[in-house]
Amino acid sequence: MPNMRIVLLAVLLVIFSATFLIWGLSGRIWFILELRAVKLSALIVVGCAVGVSTVLFQTISGNRILTPSIMGFDALFILIQTMLVFMLGGFGYTQLPQLAVFGGEIAAMVLASLALFTLIHRRSRHDLQMLILVGVIFGLMFRSMASFLQRVMDPSEFAVVQGAMFASFGGIDRVELLLAGTTIMLLSVGILRWASLCDVVALGRGPAQSLGVNYNAVERRLLIVITVLVSCATALVGPITFLGLLAASLAHALMRTHRHILLLPAAAMIAAIILVAGQALFERVLGLQSTLAVVVEFAGGVLFLILLIQGKIR
Amino acid sequence: MSGSRIYGAYALCIVSLTALALLSVSIGVAQFDLRQLFTNPADLELLLLSRGPRTLAALLTGASLAVSGVIMQLLVRNKFVEPGTTGATEAAMIGLLVVTLLAPGWPIFAKMLAACITSLIGILGFLALSRVLPPTQPLLVPLVGLIYSGVLGAGVTFVAFQTDLLQYLGTWLNGGFSGVLAGRYELLWIAGGVTIAAYFAADRFTVAGLGPTTSRALGLPYRQVMAIGVTVIAIVTSLVVVTVGLLPFIGLVVPNIVSRLMGDNLRRSLPVVAAMGAGLVLFCDILGRVIRYPYEIPAGTVFGILGGIIFLWLLLGRRRNA
Amino acid sequence: MISIEALNHAAGTTQILHDITLTIPRGGLTALIGPNGAGKSTLLNLIAAQADVQSGRISVDDLDVATTPRTQLAQRMAVVAQRSDIASRLTVGDLVEFGRWPHSKGRLTPYDRAIASHALEVFDLTNLSHRFLDEISGGQRQRAFVAMAYTQQTDWLMLDEPLNNLDIRHARGLMGELARLVREENRSIVIVLHDLNHAAAWADHVVALDAGRVAFSGAPDQVLTAEALSTLYNAPIQTHMIDGRKVILHHR
Ligand SMILES: Nc1ncnc2c1ncn2[C@@H]1O[C@H](COP(=O)(O)OP(=O)(O)O)[C@@H](O)[C@H]1O
Ligand SMILES: [Mg+2]
Repeated sequence: MPNMRIVLLAVLLVIFSATFLIWGLSGRIWFILELRAVKLSALIVVGCAVGVSTVLFQTISGNRILTPSIMGFDALFILIQTMLVFMLGGFGYTQLPQLAVFGGEIAAMVLASLALFTLIHRRSRHDLQMLILVGVIFGLMFRSMASFLQRVMDPSEFAVVQGAMFASFGGIDRVELLLAGTTIMLLSVGILRWASLCDVVALGRGPAQSLGVNYNAVERRLLIVITVLVSCATALVGPITFLGLLAASLAHALMRTHRHILLLPAAAMIAAIILVAGQALFERVLGLQSTLAVVVEFAGGVLFLILLIQGKIR
Repeated sequence: MSGSRIYGAYALCIVSLTALALLSVSIGVAQFDLRQLFTNPADLELLLLSRGPRTLAALLTGASLAVSGVIMQLLVRNKFVEPGTTGATEAAMIGLLVVTLLAPGWPIFAKMLAACITSLIGILGFLALSRVLPPTQPLLVPLVGLIYSGVLGAGVTFVAFQTDLLQYLGTWLNGGFSGVLAGRYELLWIAGGVTIAAYFAADRFTVAGLGPTTSRALGLPYRQVMAIGVTVIAIVTSLVVVTVGLLPFIGLVVPNIVSRLMGDNLRRSLPVVAAMGAGLVLFCDILGRVIRYPYEIPAGTVFGILGGIIFLWLLLGRRRNA
Repeated sequence: MISIEALNHAAGTTQILHDITLTIPRGGLTALIGPNGAGKSTLLNLIAAQADVQSGRISVDDLDVATTPRTQLAQRMAVVAQRSDIASRLTVGDLVEFGRWPHSKGRLTPYDRAIASHALEVFDLTNLSHRFLDEISGGQRQRAFVAMAYTQQTDWLMLDEPLNNLDIRHARGLMGELARLVREENRSIVIVLHDLNHAAAWADHVVALDAGRVAFSGAPDQVLTAEALSTLYNAPIQTHMIDGRKVILHHR
């Protein structure tokens, strides 16, 4: 029963979250609890954003192995961030009110990705292959630009960028978290109202249109939602490439349904569980701090390839 | 494409390469005048020690990367892959990183050999992966390539992060020719030689590009050709990473342009692929030297941007008037 | 009635349809025939608003296709495309239930489910309803898409080469079912056919396209002549009457 599996996922998430909060608690309990609660909320909202945005992106692209980050979102983020550090200098960047930086980054991401998508889409029409290729090329291009800027800057500025480049749940800013978290949660819950519309969109342009869906309009709206979700998550903790791929694939494999009302929450919770469990393992067992994202990337990518080979993903 | 047009194309390649090479040796911080080459010993020394090697390195790199891109595309039978997006480069970096960590004193040639071996393993891994993908979805191959190289890249990053080698890694990531001097680039001649050797197998690669069934029906030892191709790619990739660093895109952009202009018969197109790769890389190196003179922008970065623009223009422009 | 006036259509610089003016009667089965690349799919897609009309006008009954909202059009007309690749992994039953979307917007009533399961029965798919679309044969998939369009319960049904991949029994069954829909439920159907004998046997009206122009149109008895068909397909074609029915021979 898919409904039972959703409940199971929720229970798992609660268990992992509780473990994360109270495992090895000692000393200044309330202080540590608060720190952990902030980190936990960040993990959960980021998981939610990554899971939901990937499922939605796969739905509009009709492809199970695409993620927003393969289309160059993360590269765009790195570029924007690098440009900010470059223009303001590492010192200026850290001095700016974080709220302004955060808001600016999200706005820049949304604007840039929408502009790019509109440009690509107008040119390549409905050719998915073209769309993806162009996205990949843009990603490589942004990366080149960013790495150029990084090479020109001095090591202390590079350290600032590096801190932003690799997702880190250690240094979460509370104002940022509140802002991004609220946006992510509102969007993720709000999108459930469109769940059955998404079911039809997943059929593809032709069938959806013949069932009376104004595909172009819906597609554009979903893209805005995806962009905002990805922007919030990346601005919060940096780019995470393969987590979404893994969460979406696991959600499809576990739920075995096409219905988004189940798929979206499942993917969100799976991504959150991976992050919470991974972080708990990292901090409490391995004693490592800052490179969870890299490990999630590695493990997520490997697991995804295995699933692909075994034919669990089509 | 008629014979005379092909010779025209070859002639054009030679002329523009010569012009670029002359331009390249005349540009730089130190004074240099080509006309005084044989009267002023300082000029001759500059040419032999610095400008000449740099120019040759750019040419060799461009040509061999472009050719290994074509070969990769024929072996995988997909136009949207290149060694840089299918894990070959990341795998080479794993080899480099391991040697740097475990035996930092090893000579460059040993490092290169290690990188070559890991790169070979990396490519074989990707080929094995692409074999199990359903052939009905051509898009899957480049995407899986990206994921695969992402996984390898994450591995490299993790190790570099833990060992504080990240910025050291960064110098490989931005391929460029500013450090090239006589004595520091000669390994690239091997890449050039391998590329020329590949030309003699051009027909085989063309046939292999038709797939295993057709190849076997035509009596081609398919596995053997695959093995040759994989070796060529691994050698070129690792040599380039070791000597000049990462130069993304060349293997993707150049073959696609040439394929659009003159088709996929390698016997005819391979010289043009090599020449265009060489020319574009040299052009980017020259551009990188003059844009912010006297500072230098790495050729790989310039190409990452310029090549992207060319490729996007090709792709999107074609659509508009289709 | 579908009426098409001065319709031109181009893809890039290639002109696909040239100045087509045509009416398709209501309450009949209209066969759209013509050689490959004649523009049949293009015309069908334009009528069904799958592509934008570039110049000219198409109206379905009283609705102008270019300005009618999709939701409204989808309650009037259902389409089965020549090729339908569906990315999501659906069962046959799920797919057919999607036919109720224009009416139910995702909240299926018992009535909707009843219609869907009736469609499964009609198209001989009940046994396959729990199978995934990528686990059945091409012909079975074709029938599933027709069943989905049928479930839409629209006045108009547009089908692009629905007989592709169908065996003799199922091709005949499908044509018979379509003819019954026209006769008993007063639906109107436009169907792209390559099998001229099916066209002769079941169609009430024939429209022939050739290189983007209407070659001829009218009642099958009158327009499906050996000369007209031989010219249309540029191949020797004979017609014979056997047991009072027109039979078209073209095999050798
Ligand atoms: N996207 C396109 N770009 C250019 N030409 C096209 C495109 N789609 C179809 N065509 C051309 O339009 C003509 C009509 O196509 P189509 O309507 O599919 O033919 P039919 O269904 O009658 O076989 C063909 O000659 C085809 O080559
Ligand atoms: Mg057709």
